[in-house]
Amino acid sequence: MPNMSLKKNEMPVQSAEERNKNFSEVALGYTEEQAVDEAQRCLHCKHKPCVGGCPVQIDIPAFIERVAARDFEGAYQIIGQSSSLPAVCGRVCPQETQCEAKCVRGIKGEPVAIGRLERFVADYHNAHCKTAPVRPVPNGHKVAVVGSGPSGLTCAGDLAKKGYAVTVLEALHTAGGVLVYGSPEFRLPKIIVEKEIEGLKALGVEVETDMVIGKVLSVDELFDMGYEAVFIGSGAGLPRFMNIEGENAKGVYSANEFLTRVNLMKAYREDSDTPVMRAKSVAVVGGGNVAMDAARCAKRLGAENVYIVYRRSEAELPARAEEVEHAKEEGVVFRLLSNPVKILADEQDFVKGVECVEMTLGEPDESGRRRPVEKEGSNFVLEADCVIMAIGTSPNPLIKSTTAGLETEKWGGIIVDENGLTSRKGVYAGGDAVTGAATVILAMGAGKTAANAIDEQLKNAK
Amino acid sequence: MYKIVRKEELNPTVTLMEVAAPFIAKKAQPGQFVILRVDENGERIPLTVADYDREKGTISIIFQIVGATTEKLNRLKEGEYIRDFVGPLGTPSHLDGLKKVAVIGGGVGCAIAYPVAKKLHELGAQVHSVVGFRNKDLVILEKEFRAASDKYVVVTDDGSYGEKGLVTDALKKLVESGEKYDEVIAIGPLVMMKFVCKLTKEYGIKTVVSMNPIMIDGTGMCGGCRLTVGGKTKFACVDGPDFDGHEVDFDEAMKRAAMYRDFERRAHEKTCNLFKQEVK
Repeated sequence: MPNMSLKKNEMPVQSAEERNKNFSEVALGYTEEQAVDEAQRCLHCKHKPCVGGCPVQIDIPAFIERVAARDFEGAYQIIGQSSSLPAVCGRVCPQETQCEAKCVRGIKGEPVAIGRLERFVADYHNAHCKTAPVRPVPNGHKVAVVGSGPSGLTCAGDLAKKGYAVTVLEALHTAGGVLVYGSPEFRLPKIIVEKEIEGLKALGVEVETDMVIGKVLSVDELFDMGYEAVFIGSGAGLPRFMNIEGENAKGVYSANEFLTRVNLMKAYREDSDTPVMRAKSVAVVGGGNVAMDAARCAKRLGAENVYIVYRRSEAELPARAEEVEHAKEEGVVFRLLSNPVKILADEQDFVKGVECVEMTLGEPDESGRRRPVEKEGSNFVLEADCVIMAIGTSPNPLIKSTTAGLETEKWGGIIVDENGLTSRKGVYAGGDAVTGAATVILAMGAGKTAANAIDEQLKNAK
Repeated sequence: MYKIVRKEELNPTVTLMEVAAPFIAKKAQPGQFVILRVDENGERIPLTVADYDREKGTISIIFQIVGATTEKLNRLKEGEYIRDFVGPLGTPSHLDGLKKVAVIGGGVGCAIAYPVAKKLHELGAQVHSVVGFRNKDLVILEKEFRAASDKYVVVTDDGSYGEKGLVTDALKKLVESGEKYDEVIAIGPLVMMKFVCKLTKEYGIKTVVSMNPIMIDGTGMCGGCRLTVGGKTKFACVDGPDFDGHEVDFDEAMKRAAMYRDFERRAHEKTCNLFKQEVK
């Protein structure tokens, strides 16, 4: 008999007053009892609508059934057939718009907490499983993966499971891509990412850091070295700015720079050599998940006032509802319907404030969202000694500019077909390098699709 | 890990290191840079490639000891290893087709100016090198510059070596005496590059400068190295580091370079104190 409670089991979290002063993980995860209780809420629908909402098509009811039966390792094996990074996905996927949005229990009440269960299963496996995975029999083919973010790791993992010799080439000094430079420790502990990568290495995947493809080696040279296919998952590139006065003043960061200093370079720790501004008041411009991450990091670095400055209203915030909620609980103040027009600086050119204008919402624009319109004469100054621009990025230019015949969109995104194949034979791409800034799970889906296509190509080429 | 195969003290505050990095050595061009990290908790710093040896598979870097990271780097000995060494980054200098060039180097900037002079010389261009230092003890790469130059002028602030004065004085003299340059390439402190550009603008000589702003990834991701060139925001790591000097907003670049000055000073003091304790 299923558990007919209309509500999800709550997941324990650190209290807001405590967590906004430390970088430890906010959510603490289910206990075994909570996981089993939650798993019993699943109705095991025959048509499995939840699976259709998952970009990597995890057999969700099957793994939940194993959780309910207390076979947590069995549950992990089911997830592992479809996902290379379950502990990551359980934490950062927007389940509320994917699998959980399709859950029948959500029609009346809350959907099954699929994300929390996935997280529980992956953490259980990482804590309890001591046996190394069985290495697949090598099939004699070599594939290079450029970038070790979610799309690259997924592609590498799926190919390794099929017996390919895969080398992942990462530009930074640590593997993980946006999972290590972008996602803050308190939302995705770096040890989790490390463990997932260790898991891939155990399958035979090689990871080389400090390798900037497009510079130290070109895609063509990778083929010369014997790789038979190349997957490009080079991720997001240069940050966008607003092109307003004062944007190059001292104390104005892009979210990429601020988060890289804090997350990758660990500037929040005493023993890190990398500096980051410890500001009193921080204005974060933008309303996406990256803006929430930046704001919550700023709070933890000791800022008294942290503002989200966003030109539309709460309903249009692109960030996940849970992230917005967490930010609010931690004391981040939302200045909605406000748009910066100028950044003010002192005589030494350090930021001292942001001049904003109030906005109202007009007619819907091409994106379907109501277009923000300036309210004339409504200018006001928000005092701040640090400003973080979190308004998006454009794809990294290095590979495009050094790979002849690789077609890209006008804005820089690499053009691919439905299998992730680019305009170059044997060259596949996926993730933010193709779509522009998107989610971890979409990038993973693209890595998975490309891995299947690469397998088809190389199998048939024999 | 990247092995230091040779270390040489060029003057009391400037060190040369030849580092084994075969992949980078195969590709590096004058004007490009590397990013390095000394150890696990180290910051990433950009350093311009001072020389490369494709056969030996080495990259030479020349750095001035100015802060905690360069202090730590300088403590490493021959045979020891640098944690991370990434490159070659940035766009190579455009040197093809130039017939007669004045290469201006200021202080440790000479380390970056030298490979440019050398490459121009190899390409058959006439090279006039004008280098400036505070005093005689700080002069570096004289032999190398002389070998790559048709004319070599050295100036010092105090007149203890070469002529007394600034590189701008020496350049002015050359131009006034009738030397006609296709291009001036100036590499050194921001303030030096600013005034070289001011001078060459009066004469209408195209001038290229090499910018070395604060950077983290160096691959076109963080946006920390942005500067204003011709009224537009550019990124030194992918659009540069070479730019048209007459278009660069040097005043803004100088302010941005000072962003972490207090932090850097404290970190340097802390590092020096730590090393002193170790010595005891």
